[in-house]
Amino acid sequence: MDRISPVIWQFLVKWMTNFPLFPPEASGLAPQMDALLFFLILVSLIGLTIVILLVTSFSILYNKKRHPVAVQIEGSTLLEAIWTIIPLGLFLVMFVWGALIYFRVFTPPVNAMNIYVVGKQWMWKAEHPGGQHEINSLHVPTGRAVQLTLISQDVFHSFSIPAFRVKREAIPGRYTTVWFEATKPGTYHLFCTQYCGTNHSQMIGDVVVLTPEEYRKWLAESTSGVSLAQNGERLFASLSCSACHNARPNARGPSLANVYGSKLALSTGQTVTADDSYLRQSILNPSEHITQGYTPIMPTYQGQISEEGVIALVEYIKNLDSDYRIEQTLNTTDLLPGSEGKAGNAGQQPAGRAQAAQGMVKQ
Amino acid sequence: MSDTIVNLPDQSTARIPKDNYLTRENGLLSWLLTGDHKRIAILYLISLSFFFFIGGALAGLIRLELLTPQADLMATDTYNKVFTMHGVIMIFFFLVPSVPATLGNFFLPMMIGAKDLALPKINLLSWYLYMAGGILAVYTMAAGGVDTGWTFTTPLSTHYVNTNVLTTGLAAFIAGFSSIFTGLNFIVTIHKMRAPGMTWFRMPLFVWAHYAASILMVLATPVVAIAIVLIALERTIGIGIFDPTKGGDPLLFQHLFWFYSHPAVYIMILPGMGVISEVISTFSRKRIFGYTAVAFSSVAIAVFGFFVWAHHMFIMGISNYAVLVFSLLTMLVAVPSAIKIFNWTFTLYKGSITFETPMLYAFGFMGLFTIGGMTGVFLGTAGTDIHLTETYFIVAHFHFVMVGGMLMAFLAGIHFWWPKITGRMYPEKISQLAAVVTFIGFNLTFFPQFILGTLGMPRRYASYPPEFQILNVFSTAGATILGVGYLLPVLYLTWSLKYGAIAGDNPWQATGLEWQTQSPPLTENFTEMPIMDHEAYDYEWLEDQQQERRKDAGVTNAG
Repeated sequence: MDRISPVIWQFLVKWMTNFPLFPPEASGLAPQMDALLFFLILVSLIGLTIVILLVTSFSILYNKKRHPVAVQIEGSTLLEAIWTIIPLGLFLVMFVWGALIYFRVFTPPVNAMNIYVVGKQWMWKAEHPGGQHEINSLHVPTGRAVQLTLISQDVFHSFSIPAFRVKREAIPGRYTTVWFEATKPGTYHLFCTQYCGTNHSQMIGDVVVLTPEEYRKWLAESTSGVSLAQNGERLFASLSCSACHNARPNARGPSLANVYGSKLALSTGQTVTADDSYLRQSILNPSEHITQGYTPIMPTYQGQISEEGVIALVEYIKNLDSDYRIEQTLNTTDLLPGSEGKAGNAGQQPAGRAQAAQGMVKQ
Repeated sequence: MSDTIVNLPDQSTARIPKDNYLTRENGLLSWLLTGDHKRIAILYLISLSFFFFIGGALAGLIRLELLTPQADLMATDTYNKVFTMHGVIMIFFFLVPSVPATLGNFFLPMMIGAKDLALPKINLLSWYLYMAGGILAVYTMAAGGVDTGWTFTTPLSTHYVNTNVLTTGLAAFIAGFSSIFTGLNFIVTIHKMRAPGMTWFRMPLFVWAHYAASILMVLATPVVAIAIVLIALERTIGIGIFDPTKGGDPLLFQHLFWFYSHPAVYIMILPGMGVISEVISTFSRKRIFGYTAVAFSSVAIAVFGFFVWAHHMFIMGISNYAVLVFSLLTMLVAVPSAIKIFNWTFTLYKGSITFETPMLYAFGFMGLFTIGGMTGVFLGTAGTDIHLTETYFIVAHFHFVMVGGMLMAFLAGIHFWWPKITGRMYPEKISQLAAVVTFIGFNLTFFPQFILGTLGMPRRYASYPPEFQILNVFSTAGATILGVGYLLPVLYLTWSLKYGAIAGDNPWQATGLEWQTQSPPLTENFTEMPIMDHEAYDYEWLEDQQQERRKDAGVTNAG
């Protein structure tokens, strides 16, 4: 056989023995998504078969040789009704089923642990709450809901993990979220699927799914020694945020303790929920929303702070608890990797916070 | 009984009529300054083919690059420019004007018994605008190209690329006016120029489909023009409407762009559906099953088509409830397409079917459009859209609709009306072969892309993980076959201009008014104003007419 053409033969052996037809299922969502996908494929195949069978059999039965004179038929209201209602009914089933899955993908559970992901031309940067940074890779544990909060620093990107069946655009100027729960350890593709310029096709990486023990080990090995919130705290000081936001009785800015997830009364009389997006907006465009009782004196930080910096600040404000003191947050040792309950802590937010996180899906 | 309906005059005595729209005037200026809708259609046909082959060559380059996983044939920047120009040229300069500007321009007035379109000078202006846009687009390609993707996504197109965004935008902007004028012309013509007796429900379905597409052209195209102007302003003076750092919203561009570009796919496919109705009726000798259902389904597609644009943005962070609404509306727009497919199928029932080339292309259309339409439902379903969007699944889906659907319909129409346009028949056997080759090549090219997309291969990638190679090799092999399938018609149709059999008035014995006059037609189409005294697709009327004519001929001979 291999005498025909060694090149072709090698090609056949190399590729025909190993070419995938269906992506691996590595998240809790994947089997649910695939069930719907197979339903859609089944309905399409049945529909296509009906059309092909009818066209073929009519072509045989009523070709000119066999059926020289056509019989004129005006139409049939019954048939029109049948092929309006049956496809419509099937489409509506698909719509409802699809909507249920869609809401599942974009509604993170309350105990999800959050990882920030920043897209920029042409790399993905992941910021773990424990201060681990990654570029073009993402380590996640199995058996734990992981929420990604995505933002882009420049153009539209899209964060896609085919093995998990999830994908979400990273958009400049606003946070978007998606969540998943990995089920199978392994290394999977991570793609940017929204065209983003020259090296779009190199904006790829690996999603590494680890068992919880391996994951804890990885966290300990990859730590930078400073948690994301602590990074934020440093920024908070160096940008002089604390000059006004300091919880003193005569402070010029509102106190930020426990502000995350709470309802704020604005000077316009509206109330807003202080979620990630709200905090980001208030740093970069402070005059847009003024808390009741304060004057619009805060300068904008637009252009002075990177998206990673904003994320660190947001994470810091998220972790500011009742007592508004720097010592208090420096002692958030349970955010450091390796400590007991570390992985749990970031996720175990009060219900109000989780709701704020979910609120970000809606614009 | 023969297995063809072709009824040609005696070739030894038949002559092409001396006076027709091609011979009435001579010289280049008589073409460039013509007001005749048929000549303008020919101008369009030649220029469209030119742009199609540029777009096709670019597609060939894309498939060659994707033969191997590495970006080795060209730099990624070059690849990005190639697929951008492929999209821009194929969409704005081939698909949108393809059937309306050529076959629609030529036959819409004839089908309703009119002398010309209502506004002949505007019609000529449309062609000049189209050419200005097209030449500008080709010029920008030569002058360095553009690499934003045909979707001009902001802020990439406004702040992050240094290529010819403005000139390409201008090209699309100008071509848009060509489209608006064509749509306007068709609407006015259908309202005001119908022959006596040509009521709305006696019009051929081709005319209904063009009416629906024209509404979309007139109402949707201005929105993309606005979007392009806003991009230009953002790029040049930075007005900040799409720029989040200035309080703008990048999603706004997506809304504006898709408000045109989704209806645009119906602008592209509806006229093709009109062609299929004519072809299937003629070659099964039957009135279209459920005429009114097919007519209204065109209008329904046009109306619903306006309210589904945000299904391109399901994962872009629009609200979950907006996703619900747009997913539901997308399901509704799928229904009229299903209605059409089933009505065409049942037109065959108890017909008297023959399998000339146009019919083969029409069968190809029905199969491929069914797949294209159903996979559209995969993407309209909010859940599966998350996994499939932005991958090769979507590439395969819209090529099934646009190439498998629209291009098949275009070729069906070109073959069907070729005898009327030129007065000569195309060679049947080799045309049937070309139709089969196109069908096989098409499936081999685009079917593997559904699997690639399901596996997660993103679109617009110059390089890809090696396990995707085998399917890409199939796809490239298919594209080669498809290329042959497209070259063949160019060759034999050109050949037939001189050597084709003389067709006579009505070689297919079709019922449309355009077939009841000489081929090629006179400049004024009909010698006297036709009167429509029967329904569309009335084959019994045609039979009576022919019998009468034979009787007359018999009387004259006897006399």
